[in-house]
Amino acid sequence: MTSTSLLDPTAELRPVARQLTPRLERLAGATVGLLDISKPRGREFLDEVESLLAEAGAAVKRYSKPTFTRVAPIALMQQIGAECDAVVEALAD
Amino acid sequence: MTARHALVVKKDCPTCALIAPVIPVLAERLDGGLAVYVQDDPAFPENVAAIDDRELAFSWRNEIEVVPTLLRGGEDDAGNARVIGWDRAQWREFTGIADLGEGLAPFRPGCGSRTLEPGMAERLAARHAAFGARRIELAVAEDELEACFERGWTDGLPVVPPTPERVIRMLAGSERDAGEIIGEIPPDRVPCTIEKLAINAVMAGCKPEYFPLVTAAVEAALDDRFCMHGLLCTTYFSSPVVIVNGPAAQRAGMNSGVNALGQGNRANATIGRALQLLIRNVGGGVPGGIDRATLGNPGKYTYCFAEDESDPDWPSLAMDRGFKREDSVVSLFAGEGLQAIVDQQSRTPESLAGSFTASLRAVAHYKWFGACDAILVVSPEHRRVLRGAGWSKSDLRRALHERLRVPAEAVLRGADGVAEGMPEALRGKTLRKFRDGGLHVVSLGGTAGMFSAIIGGWVAAGERGSQMVSRAVRDHGT
Repeated sequence: MTSTSLLDPTAELRPVARQLTPRLERLAGATVGLLDISKPRGREFLDEVESLLAEAGAAVKRYSKPTFTRVAPIALMQQIGAECDAVVEALAD
Repeated sequence: MTARHALVVKKDCPTCALIAPVIPVLAERLDGGLAVYVQDDPAFPENVAAIDDRELAFSWRNEIEVVPTLLRGGEDDAGNARVIGWDRAQWREFTGIADLGEGLAPFRPGCGSRTLEPGMAERLAARHAAFGARRIELAVAEDELEACFERGWTDGLPVVPPTPERVIRMLAGSERDAGEIIGEIPPDRVPCTIEKLAINAVMAGCKPEYFPLVTAAVEAALDDRFCMHGLLCTTYFSSPVVIVNGPAAQRAGMNSGVNALGQGNRANATIGRALQLLIRNVGGGVPGGIDRATLGNPGKYTYCFAEDESDPDWPSLAMDRGFKREDSVVSLFAGEGLQAIVDQQSRTPESLAGSFTASLRAVAHYKWFGACDAILVVSPEHRRVLRGAGWSKSDLRRALHERLRVPAEAVLRGADGVAEGMPEALRGKTLRKFRDGGLHVVSLGGTAGMFSAIIGGWVAAGERGSQMVSRAVRDHGT
């Protein structure tokens, strides 16, 4: 009796364990990006987050994705990465 | 050291038996030596040590079709020069041994190589071919179906175990190279080969002749306008709906008649399922993982059908989308389940259009306008009502377009005492239920029953979400 051989239908990927980026030690003086994914009421939610961050002394930059149905354009991700120390993404709804 | 000549024989072949006395002569006198491969009995021939090729690896690699075959060039690149069967004059010329086979019959044709036995080609390809995909050896006691479940490869129903033999047969359904990259499969954006697609098509239960349709469906899903990534991730019900037009649908035996949106037809069932399994297994789109659907819909197992194209005056969906009747086309729509439209009383197109309009208004929510696309599925009996009064498909579309608009006040948030609805900012405007090009019309179903239906779309239609994508079927298999 012989064993059966099957072909792997998956991507055969091993997920990469990514290291966390260094955490901010303090918000004061940091630049925090707020990314609106363009779902309803994302703006209202981020307005609240922005005022809390401002109280903590952070500078805030606002961004938005063209549509929530697609991943963020690479240029936008690079822009946020270049301009901010941290980012908060709002799912909203 | 490899011999410069190789001889492939089998004991069961009378011609090989005839030339048995010649073999020691060849072994002794051929420059660079002779390797003898025997396909059935390693004890043959006597007096010369033969290499056991009962597994047919050498014969398969060298595309041996007849025994005996004498090859020049050694073991690995012996394919160029060869003589087959027994033709004494030819063998003498080939070997340069002038008295070879003296006393033997001058000519006798050879026998078929064992590599040509029925079904052997696929078995050998499966055994000896190089696959891109990893081979997984199951333990002897392991159940094949359970093994697929345990590895997380299924949609909840059993799959056909993707053995190398089955995958090779599937690949034969397409002229495309197994190593060709068809695209990156969302959500993990993994480059996917035709071979990986074939593996998943096997698991879905496809026949090889469906494979070009599966390929076209995947190509459509990978078009950015379809927005497969977002469609998979959404909390909404929707998922790919596969609609097939043209001769390829008939060749695959697809159902466009009785129960066309139901169970029972292998092509309908498995083509849609292959796409879903690919997204799951290669793309990593697993329910509860990145697939966040609140409720989902049963079409996420499979949702695939052909259009009834028996009425030459009724343009098909593919024709609406710029193709010709004779083209084979696969269209993908981001759709949810099915909503019935019962109308057994209308005998005029105007009345029937009124029924269609009122039912279409309810897609997603009766007070949501401009949010999603839809497919209207017109049954043969309803088509008859339209045709009887001389209405064409474009007449129907025009009538629906005119009727599916309302003053915003009727559907604003709070209207009818219902909080859901359109934003107050739209007050004073006229709203349309569907965007331009957002209402598709197909015709299919059994000939009895004044029932049509609606396949509602994702509430992210158009450029900000998903648009219907159509792809010509590139090849029809061999």
